Amino acid sequence: MEHYMMNLTLKVWRQKNANDRGGFESYPVKNISSEMSFLEMIDVLNEELIRDGKDPIAFDHDCREGICGACSMYINGRPHGPWEQNTTCQLHMRAYKDGDTITIEPWRANAFPVIKDLVVDRSAFDRIIQAGGYISVNTGNAVDANVMPVEKDKADAAFAAAACIGCGACVAACKNSSALLFVSAKVSHLALLPQGSPERKSRALNMVAQMDKEGFGACTNTGACEAVCPKGISITNIARLNAEFSLAALVSQ
Amino acid sequence: MLDSKIPAGPLEQKWVDYKGHVKLVNPANKRKLEVIVVGTGLAGASAAAALGELGYKVKAFCFQDSPRRAHSIAAQGGINAAKNYQNDGDSVFRLFYDTVKGGDYRAREANVHRLAEVSVNIIDQCVAQGVPFAREYGGLLNNRSFGGTQVKRTFYAAGQTGQQLLIGAYQAMERQVALGNVEMFSRHEMLDVVMVDGKARGIICRNLVNGELERHFGHAVLLCTGGYGNVFYLSTNAMGSNVTAAWKAHKKGAFFGNPCFTQIHPTCIPVSGDHQSKLTLMSESLRNDGRIWVPKKKDDTRKANDIPEEERDYYLERRYPAFGNLVPRDVASRAAKERCDAGYGVGTTKQAVYLDFKYNLINKYGKTEAGKLGIENPDTETLIRLGKEVVKEEYGNLFDMYEKITGENPYEVPMRIYPAVHYTMGGLWVDYELMTNVKGLYCLGEANFSDHGANRLGASALMQGLADGYFVIPYTIGNYLADEIATKPIPTSHEAFVQTEKAVADRINTLMNIKGKQTVESFHKRLGKIMWEKCGMARNAQGLQEAITEIQQLKKEFWSDVRIPGGITEMNPELDKAGRVADFIELGELMCKDALNRNESCGGHFREESQTEEGEAKRDDVNFAYVAAWEYKGESNWELHKENLEFEVAKPTQRSYK
Repeated sequence: MEHYMMNLTLKVWRQKNANDRGGFESYPVKNISSEMSFLEMIDVLNEELIRDGKDPIAFDHDCREGICGACSMYINGRPHGPWEQNTTCQLHMRAYKDGDTITIEPWRANAFPVIKDLVVDRSAFDRIIQAGGYISVNTGNAVDANVMPVEKDKADAAFAAAACIGCGACVAACKNSSALLFVSAKVSHLALLPQGSPERKSRALNMVAQMDKEGFGACTNTGACEAVCPKGISITNIARLNAEFSLAALVSQ
Repeated sequence: MLDSKIPAGPLEQKWVDYKGHVKLVNPANKRKLEVIVVGTGLAGASAAAALGELGYKVKAFCFQDSPRRAHSIAAQGGINAAKNYQNDGDSVFRLFYDTVKGGDYRAREANVHRLAEVSVNIIDQCVAQGVPFAREYGGLLNNRSFGGTQVKRTFYAAGQTGQQLLIGAYQAMERQVALGNVEMFSRHEMLDVVMVDGKARGIICRNLVNGELERHFGHAVLLCTGGYGNVFYLSTNAMGSNVTAAWKAHKKGAFFGNPCFTQIHPTCIPVSGDHQSKLTLMSESLRNDGRIWVPKKKDDTRKANDIPEEERDYYLERRYPAFGNLVPRDVASRAAKERCDAGYGVGTTKQAVYLDFKYNLINKYGKTEAGKLGIENPDTETLIRLGKEVVKEEYGNLFDMYEKITGENPYEVPMRIYPAVHYTMGGLWVDYELMTNVKGLYCLGEANFSDHGANRLGASALMQGLADGYFVIPYTIGNYLADEIATKPIPTSHEAFVQTEKAVADRINTLMNIKGKQTVESFHKRLGKIMWEKCGMARNAQGLQEAITEIQQLKKEFWSDVRIPGGITEMNPELDKAGRVADFIELGELMCKDALNRNESCGGHFREESQTEEGEAKRDDVNFAYVAAWEYKGESNWELHKENLEFEVAKPTQRSYK
């Protein structure tokens, strides 16, 4: 690929801690190569800030290959930036041209409070999993793996749902800050497999109850979550969750 | 002095006998015993879950914002198990043998055999947890091949196997959190081990949100903190992966085993410039279907697709006809370096070779699919179209990753790849029970040195992490804790906790008060460059000696001129990083010292002074058939202890993949 250099203006949300009001600050960045990743561009800026005696921008990141789910920037009004099925760390600067202004914010949701700058607290997702996002099987209980065949189509669908990386982009994109795509992906992954069947009802009920408790909003089917999901998790999972939930609620009454 | 505690008896009976005679802790006593687990990757999450299920009181720690983000998540290709579902001649013995041979006869036989034995239980456990492994149309599990083997024993979930296994272990652990058996501390980094009367009794850690130091007691401490590949700055590890927990343990007396054994993975996306922050792996599983080649002509500037078949050098198939593109990682990496050094490299930097899928896309998958659909005499275009669908299902996410980084479509043009640091076989020395030489301090997964010798085979890291956590530690820890049932929890006001916390706080203050000019990142990059050039894919005595001097100099400069912005009692990622880089600098010196001491080539450790006429690694079993276990004696001062390796079953031979 041919590469090119560019100068950009970044408007970045700076917030010292959870109690600080926070606000945008502008930074010029120069000589950015189109071959850099977006986070490497932030690295360049941070090195400059440190050399100038300023506080660098705090942001979550770890694997930098789109799988750990740590990165969480809201870039020009879209979680993870402009590319389809992509995480911030996989975004590369060839998506931009010389002279562009880029606005960067943290995820915005009551259930994801800001800790510092672009870093938010997503522990609500862990608590939703604790409410039932598992199969209750102790180590050592298992029978031979091939005892129970699983229809390939179902196994593939379960895998597609299990591809969720728990980044929270779905929540950030939703005008109601609903976590239903995240919850439905886990419920679907486990409900589609015979191993997950015995706990289907309690799982759907308990995970949804925990989601409500954490302060996530309701789903109004706008599909914004699916559009920004870096792993292409389908909203058909939400339909499946609704069916699981209705059935479970009916039976529990 | 080093007692590996390998049980007596024939190899295949050792683990069975051990389990039959090991001490047990009754359920009522388990509830009184507290275990600290540091790190929540495959080893840590599986250990925390399994110990919680048994009834121990577990506290688990990770530096990430959620335990689900540990770097095991990024493992791509698969997990080995001796299931022999393919009826192709696999067995526990073969998995054992392949692993010992693949490790170039520098691993402990008893550990490796146990690993092969429990491999089959891992797959059963994971399937029961709902891990969505790839399946055949009949509904049964599918397998693929990895390097260094001639059977198909690798279970996988597209190119996301690590993710699926980790989510399984994470969910099992979160279930124990919900049940109150495991307490989880995320965004916490362990900064020291607390020793009371010669036993590990707790840790000091820093809450990375508010910067406060915390004291935690445990009857035993498990370090499951992964590898130290980031000592090279550029590696396939996550940005946060670090050696700090293991290094602190080392300085508290735990021996470091074979620190120079580093795995350079042959198929990674090449470096594109100075801004590079990390490297991305392209799974070894791609070598099932991708063929590696360079042009036969030096400095060939034609595009890959313009170079005709007869002008391509499939150098692995040429040099190693028996294993071809599926030779082990160390062999494939050196072969790539050899071609590039000789002037046959491709791409703008000439530090890359091609990994090409076209042949198998057409001939393997395209033709099979066409046959299924009853298409007679299909044209090439049809074959490519049909083949693409299958390749997409097998590796789709890897192809997407490649395209996002490079902007090139690997279905159309061959991938450009080059070796990169990926995994570290070295780590804290542990005995058969996974205990370090410090009582009550255990080390699991990549963080220990134990199972892979001088070279790890593909798809064996996931196997070892889960074996250690699910199926080894639940047995072996009882053997220690059975004698601790009378030990009451030690209050963290104990002098040992106070003193250790003070030492940690002092070090942080020292770092913050340097107020120098150079950034942490710039020191890390310089360390990485020294390590890659002088302790990387090829090493020699002169280079290693130079490296040691350079690293000592770098250390002085770091401690007098590093600049860390921000404060101590707040979220401060630069301070977190500074502590880690300071530890990497010390580790780097030990790695070079170990590499210098080991005057032989074995597996991933290639000493230029010790090679065959054909340029293959030449082992020296007479002088070096031992584990080098280093004891910390003070600044730049270590004492070498040797654990001699006995090979009763897998007799060492010159490794050949020809």
